[in-house]
Amino acid sequence: MKSLRLIASRLVWAIFTILFVMTLNFVIFRVLPGDPARGGLRDPRLTREAIEAIRVRFGLEKPVINCVQSLNPWEPGPCAVNPFDTQFFIYLRNLAQGELGISYHTNRPVAEMMSQMIWNTILLIGLGQILAIILGMGLGILAAWKARTRLDFGALLFSLLAWSLPTFWLGIILLFWGSNQLGLPIGGRLTPGVDFPNTAAMLKDLGRHLVLPTLTYTIVFLGEYMLIMRSTLIDVLSEDFILTAKAKGLHTFQILKDHALRNAMLPMVTLIAINLGFTVAGAIQIESVFSWPGLGGAVFDAVGQRDYPMLQGAFLLLAVTVILANLAADLVYSWLDPRVRTD
Amino acid sequence: MTDQPLLLSGAAFWKSFRRNRIALAGLIMLALALFAAVFAPVIAPYDPAASVEITIDSIYARPSAAHLLGTDDAGKDVLSNFIYGSRVSLTVGIFASFISIVIGGTLGIVAGYLGGRTERVIMRFTDIMLVIPDLPLTVVIVAITKPRLLNIILVIGLIGWTTTARLVRAQTLSIKERKFVLRARSIGAGHFHILRRHIFPLVLPLLVVNSVLIISLAILNESTLSFLGLSDPTVVSWGQMLNYAFERGAMSSRAWWVLVTPGFGIVWLVLGFTLLGHGLEQVLNPRTEWHHLTDHPLMVSLPAFPETHP
Amino acid sequence: MTTPTTSAPLLAVRDLSIDFITPDRPPAHAVSRVSFTLQPGEAMGLVGESGCGKTTLSLALLRLLPPQGRIVNGSVQFNGRELLALAEPEMADIRWRHMAMIFQGAMNALNPVVTVGSQIGEAIHRHYPFMSPPEVAARVAELLDMVGILGARADQYPHQYSGGMRQRAMIAMALACSPEIVIADEPTTALDVMIQAQILDLLDNLRRHLGLAVIFVTHDLGVVAELCDKVLVMYGGVTAEYADVDTIYNSPRHPYTQELLKAFPDLSKPQAALNSIPGYPPRPDALPTGCRFHPRCPLVFDRCRTDQPALLSVSPVWSSQQSSGYAGTANSKRSGEVRPTHLASCHLVENDK
Ligand SMILES: Nc1ncnc2c1ncn2[C@@H]1O[C@H](COP(=O)(O)OP(=O)(O)OP(=O)(O)O)[C@@H](O)[C@H]1O
Ligand code: SF4
Ligand SMILES: [Mg+2]
Repeated sequence: MKSLRLIASRLVWAIFTILFVMTLNFVIFRVLPGDPARGGLRDPRLTREAIEAIRVRFGLEKPVINCVQSLNPWEPGPCAVNPFDTQFFIYLRNLAQGELGISYHTNRPVAEMMSQMIWNTILLIGLGQILAIILGMGLGILAAWKARTRLDFGALLFSLLAWSLPTFWLGIILLFWGSNQLGLPIGGRLTPGVDFPNTAAMLKDLGRHLVLPTLTYTIVFLGEYMLIMRSTLIDVLSEDFILTAKAKGLHTFQILKDHALRNAMLPMVTLIAINLGFTVAGAIQIESVFSWPGLGGAVFDAVGQRDYPMLQGAFLLLAVTVILANLAADLVYSWLDPRVRTD
Repeated sequence: MTDQPLLLSGAAFWKSFRRNRIALAGLIMLALALFAAVFAPVIAPYDPAASVEITIDSIYARPSAAHLLGTDDAGKDVLSNFIYGSRVSLTVGIFASFISIVIGGTLGIVAGYLGGRTERVIMRFTDIMLVIPDLPLTVVIVAITKPRLLNIILVIGLIGWTTTARLVRAQTLSIKERKFVLRARSIGAGHFHILRRHIFPLVLPLLVVNSVLIISLAILNESTLSFLGLSDPTVVSWGQMLNYAFERGAMSSRAWWVLVTPGFGIVWLVLGFTLLGHGLEQVLNPRTEWHHLTDHPLMVSLPAFPETHP
Repeated sequence: MTTPTTSAPLLAVRDLSIDFITPDRPPAHAVSRVSFTLQPGEAMGLVGESGCGKTTLSLALLRLLPPQGRIVNGSVQFNGRELLALAEPEMADIRWRHMAMIFQGAMNALNPVVTVGSQIGEAIHRHYPFMSPPEVAARVAELLDMVGILGARADQYPHQYSGGMRQRAMIAMALACSPEIVIADEPTTALDVMIQAQILDLLDNLRRHLGLAVIFVTHDLGVVAELCDKVLVMYGGVTAEYADVDTIYNSPRHPYTQELLKAFPDLSKPQAALNSIPGYPPRPDALPTGCRFHPRCPLVFDRCRTDQPALLSVSPVWSSQQSSGYAGTANSKRSGEVRPTHLASCHLVENDK
């Protein structure tokens, strides 16, 4: 089975990439001049217990890995040590146990903090992504179908402009306008200090908090999806089988629906996957502006508070999420494309 | 999209460039920005480095004759900061994208030209780097090192080369199979010679278009870093202006001028580069952009049958 | 062969001219004043080198030209109805129901992500909207069976078919709505010789069984000799010669036709290319003055370089009813036999008279 082999190889590749990211994460935090692992120990905010926790977690007196005592400054170490008793493997083991250290700022385990945040991020990203994809593709279809008309040109200019907007700035402007003119909340997920009588009331409050961040998200990503859809669809519509469909007397709408879109969806899936990195960038900015309690907002706060364990954890989780989403997109692709599926 | 950029002669290029409204608009926007950056000391009404006497009235002062775009949280002139801010964006954008283009271009050409194991290794590495989200990685590295201008340029440049490498590799692969390259190989020309004389000139147009787009990405990244608090404190940048304003009560003071102005600058620059890049691509690699569903009211152009073309 | 009891032919194309308009360039005259007729059940060969306008002419009959294409002159009558005067929705009703086309290159003419069965079925559903899905499915199976494909393979995708099967599927698709006319645009390019012969046999059999009129577009004079009743030889967008198949092979009058036939001394080996005539056909945006064939014609003389030859009747017997230009089937009342007039566009023909 070709498709089974394909799935297996994608899976192996994703695992390999995740291992690479983990290693990169380790190296960055050990090799760069800031050296938070040891620098953190001097952080006056830390309690004695926290310092002890860091020592144990990083195994700071142990060599980084066989033959290397320390990466910065570079210091060779003994090679004949148990590899599982080095900083690198302690790091991997901690990760495997889902342990990401203690936040300098809150003194709570990073993993525990992030397990709540990730759902907030997924809610925000998911909503914005879905809206952006639907609207962007719709606009892209229109622009491709009416290629070279004034409508197409207008849609193109709009997309280029939307692409050029810094996400955080659009967020600030919308926040300024929405909170002053529409009376929408200035940030957060729920109005603090309110006891909601029922779920409906809570959902309504959540919805009011979601309006502006989602709008920002949608505008920023809509342009990109429109551009991609437009050029993909123009390529598909130039294929011979579209002429065949037209020669059969099919109506334009049916040709678009049954022949063009089915083909255009395939590259779209891939491109949406490649774009997920930008999606994460968008989440960091939007959550920072709207004080949304998600992973992106955590990155912003961690930067401000020099909270390295939190920063490291958030980066790792974001990267792994994107890798897994890419894997999902790959699998969706091979399921959608009959040339891969049936063989 | 990027299959076969044509290598146009200078005159032919300029002729079709001039006709491209999008490219021209981008170029004009960029020329204005460059002018502001170069002549900032002449144009700006105040020196952003000079200290100011702060009174209650001079913080977040509304736009007035003395301060055309008002003042910020430190009582400084927003217009002057705005003009000086273009320098950081342009510097970071151009230098960082130069680094990315050199790395991505080299890896792409080498992978595409040599093929085999080298190509597999390079492209696997590129794939991995492509999947890792750029901004968080940039934020992490800049946060650990010091946010100095040089660091910011290096980090953005060292991370942003992946798309270039992929595009250039694809282009190199297609050029490699062309007749004149095969001929040069068969008469025993050296790799370096072939790369320099035959491949690079045909990859160049693609690199130019790509670098323009990479610049706009780098500018967006720099401003985002600054907004997140990772800016070089010794120079004024637009993202930094927004960070200060946002963190220091511009929202509650309803000081829209501090919030709107720097963002307008970023959009201006990024849009300028985006338009230029898009236009350049249209010029260098024109696509007909018609297809089988294009409306065709003139197909039957016969006076005898006017009803077929309403 | 059907005897012509009705006076109007099934398809009558008269003086059809097609230009391609590109900005900054002079218009390209891809087809100029081409005329022919087709009777029910008749097979016509459309022959000529690459780029002489065969596909353009075929697409124009269905009004499917690309946006640069303009029909600038002529008329196309189907059963007496002027197709060029129809509004677009009416034309869409005609397409495939009455006139179907097998496109050059079946590989790209089939949608890779839609099953072959539903690509055939959707054509049926379009023109017979009241047929129920099971009826459509049964018809699809019947069609596939007709071209020698197992009905069960209707649920497969084009990539699961071999090259020859894809071409058969295209043929089944073309027959889906029982059209009166099928245009087969080089139906066998890119297939190997064995499969080519099979596909041509299949087309020929189906034509005889179903009483189809077929236009075979091809480079291949061997195909024409075996399958066609008459031949239209095109050169540089104009009619070089138009006659029944015996006349074309036994007494060709246009030097181009003669050269083509010389390039095929042995009709049993038709796969040789048509490039044995020295030189290249003209580009439609840079046509030579005078006779379009003169730069390559072995019999060229002075007048050819300046005057464009008219399309003239060769045989006075058949031409007596028609003055010039109109290449209709001379529906001869004397013989009762359908034979096209023998027309050729060469100054030598005129000199003969
Ligand atoms: N869209 C177009 N725009 C401009 N010129 C075109 C276009 N399509 C075709 N032509 C020109 O019209 C001429 C006739 O093309 P056509 O495809 O009809 O030739 P053909 O006889 O079918 O050739 P072949 O045997 O290669 O299929 C060619 O010279 C071609 O360059
Ligand atoms: S008109 Fe002249 S050039 Fe043309 S085919 Fe006849 S002899 Fe040849
Ligand atoms: Mg053709």
